[in-house]
Amino acid sequence: MDTAPIVTIRALNHWFGDGAARKQALFDINLRLEPGSFTALVGPSGSGKTTLLTLIGCLRMVQDGSLRLLGQELHGASGAQLVAMRRRLGFIFQAHNLHESLTAGQNVMMGAQVDGGVRHDRATLAAHHLLGLVGLAGRVDYLPANLSGGQKQRVAVARALVGNPDLLLADEPTAALDRNSASDVVDLLRRIGSARGMTTLLVTHDTRILDRADRILTLEDGRIVGEEDRQGKG
Amino acid sequence: MSGLFQRLLGRLPIGWLQLTHNPMRFAAALTGVAFANVLVFVQLGIMNSMGTAVLRPYTFFKADVMISATDANGLTDGGNVARQWLLQALADPDVTGGTGLFIGTVPWDRAEADIGFTTFGIDPARTDFVADGIAGDLALLEVQDAALMDRLARGLTREEAAAIRPQSPRAFETQGRTLTAYSTFAGGGGFGGDGYMIVSDQTFLSLFPARNSAAPDHILLRLRTGADSATVVARLKGLISDETLRIRSYADAGQEELTFQQTRRPTGIIFGFGVLIGVLVGLVIVYQVLSTDVADHLREYATFKAMGYGPSFFLGIVLEEALILGTLGFLPGFAIGATILTVMGKVTTLPLAMTPSMAAIVFAGTVAFSALSGAIATRRLAAADPADLF
Ligand SMILES: Nc1ncnc2c1ncn2[C@@H]1O[C@H](COP(=O)(O)OP(=O)(O)O)[C@@H](O)[C@H]1O
Ligand SMILES: [Mg+2]
Repeated sequence: MDTAPIVTIRALNHWFGDGAARKQALFDINLRLEPGSFTALVGPSGSGKTTLLTLIGCLRMVQDGSLRLLGQELHGASGAQLVAMRRRLGFIFQAHNLHESLTAGQNVMMGAQVDGGVRHDRATLAAHHLLGLVGLAGRVDYLPANLSGGQKQRVAVARALVGNPDLLLADEPTAALDRNSASDVVDLLRRIGSARGMTTLLVTHDTRILDRADRILTLEDGRIVGEEDRQGKG
Repeated sequence: MSGLFQRLLGRLPIGWLQLTHNPMRFAAALTGVAFANVLVFVQLGIMNSMGTAVLRPYTFFKADVMISATDANGLTDGGNVARQWLLQALADPDVTGGTGLFIGTVPWDRAEADIGFTTFGIDPARTDFVADGIAGDLALLEVQDAALMDRLARGLTREEAAAIRPQSPRAFETQGRTLTAYSTFAGGGGFGGDGYMIVSDQTFLSLFPARNSAAPDHILLRLRTGADSATVVARLKGLISDETLRIRSYADAGQEELTFQQTRRPTGIIFGFGVLIGVLVGLVIVYQVLSTDVADHLREYATFKAMGYGPSFFLGIVLEEALILGTLGFLPGFAIGATILTVMGKVTTLPLAMTPSMAAIVFAGTVAFSALSGAIATRRLAAADPADLF
C-alpha cells in the first residue's frame, strides 16, 4: 500500500484583498494528511478553515509556501492543472448543491462522468450502486424537490464518492441537517470512507463527527493551534 | 427525447433537462423564437413575391433586347423612346424585328371595387412578340377598343373572369370610352397595379390621346437565333446616337428592375429592414433566455466546476440549449409562417409562398444565431466561482 502522504503542506500563507485592504487569513500552516486518515478541522468562525479547505481542494491559487496534493505541487500550477486535480477529489458542501433539473441518479452520475471517458451504462450502474449504499435505492428517479433535506445531503455524499476520490473534502456537511439525518450522513462518510481507504478532511462542529475522527486539528486566527491524535478511537 | 440526446451528446442532456424543467419559460422561449421566425418568413415571402411580381409582366412578351428611356427604372416607369431608333436598330444584321410597347394605367371604376389595370399597347399583328399563351388571342385586338383582360386581377372574381370569352365579351366604361374584353390571360396583381390588360397600339392611343404613336415607352427587338444579345447590345450602342438611352438585353432589364425595386425603393428597403428586425428579435430572445438560465444555475455550475468540469462542458450545455430552442422554435415558426403567407397570398393575390430555399435559409440562420446568442450568454459563467460555494 502507498504510504506517501495524500497532502503535505509546508509554510503556507494566504491573503485576501489588495493594498490597504489586504488581510492575512492563513499563517505558516504545516500539515500532513496520511492515506486513509479521517481528519476533523475545528475552530471559531473566521479562523480560516474554509480557506484552507479551498486551497487543498484546488479552488484557490496557492500564493505562498508549498502544498503538495497527491504528489503534485499546487503552488504555481496552471488553471487547467487545478481543474484536472479536482477530478480526483470529492466535495461535500454545507448546502447539498444538487441540480434541481436532474434526478438523484442523474446528479450522482455527474460525479461519475466528469472524466468523460466513463461509458453511460457504467456511470448509471455506479450511480445506482452509490445511491444504494446511502440508502436511497428507491429514490433514483426522484428530483431533489421531492427529497427531504437529509436525503438530498445523502445524494450529495453519493455524488462526491461515486468517482472514487483519493481525497474527500467536506465543509460542515451536517450543519443544515437535523440530528438523525446528520448522524446518518456521518455514519455513511465514516463507513464508506474506511471501506474504500479514502482520506477525509472535514470541517465540523458536530461532536458526533469529532468523536469518530482519527485526528482533530484546531485553527485559530489563521494558525493551527492544536492537534489531537485519536488514532484507534474511530 | 432525453435518451436520444444522451446518445447524441455522450453525456447527460443537461441543457434539455434544464430547459424542460421550467415548462412555462421553455414554452415562452419557443414562442419567441417562433415569432421571430414568422416575422422573417413573412418579410422574406414578401420580398420573394416582389421578385415574382416584378418579373411577371416581362413574361407576357418575347424579346431579346429592350430599348428604354434613361429614367426608365422599370417597365412602367420613365419617359418614352422615339420610334426612329427602332428603324436604326433594324439596320443591325442580327436584329430580325422590332416593335414599340406602350404602357399606361386604365381604371375600371366598379361599384364593388375599382380595378387599376396596367395596360400594354402593342401592334396586334406582332404575335412573335407576345408569350405563347397570349399570341393566339392577339388577333382579337384588331377590333378597335378590344382588350385582353388579366383573369387574376385583384377585384375581379374568378367567375367573372371565366365568363369573358370571344362569344361572350365583357364591355366596360373607362375614360369616356367603352372597352370590350374578348379574352383573358394569366397575369396577377402586383405591387403597382391590380392586374394587367393588353390592347392594340391604336386602342391605346385613343385611350391616351396625349400619347404619340412615334414615341412608345419601350422598343422591343428580336434577334436572329444564335445571336449573342450582349454583342448586339454593344453594337446597337454604337449605332444609336442617343447615348442617354438604356439599351440592354430583355433579361437584364428585368433583373435591373428587380434590383432597383428591392434596394432603391422604400417598399423593398422596408421589407429588407423587417428581416433584420426579425433576426434581432430572435437573437435578443434567445440571448435573454439563455443568459437568465445561466444566471439561475450559477450555483449548480459552480458545483460542476468544483467537481472538475472545464469550460467546454459549460459551453456545450449552453449551445445544446441554443440548438434546442432554435430547432424546436423553428418548427412552429415554419408552420405559422407558411400559413400566413398562403392566407396573405389569397387575400392580396400577390404570389406569396413558402419556398424550400426560404425554409432552409431561415432554419440555418435560426440555428446559427441561436448558437451565437448562446456563446455570448456563456460570458456570465465566469461569475460561477467554486471557491464561493463553501
Ligand atoms: N473571498 C474572501 N475575500 C476576502 N476575505 C475573505 C474571503 N474568504 C474568507 N475571507 C476572510 O478570511 C478569513 C478566514 O475565513 P474563512 O476561511 O471563511 O473562515 P472559516 O471558514 O473558519 O469561518 C476571515 O477573516 C474572512 O473574512
Ligand atoms: Mg467556513
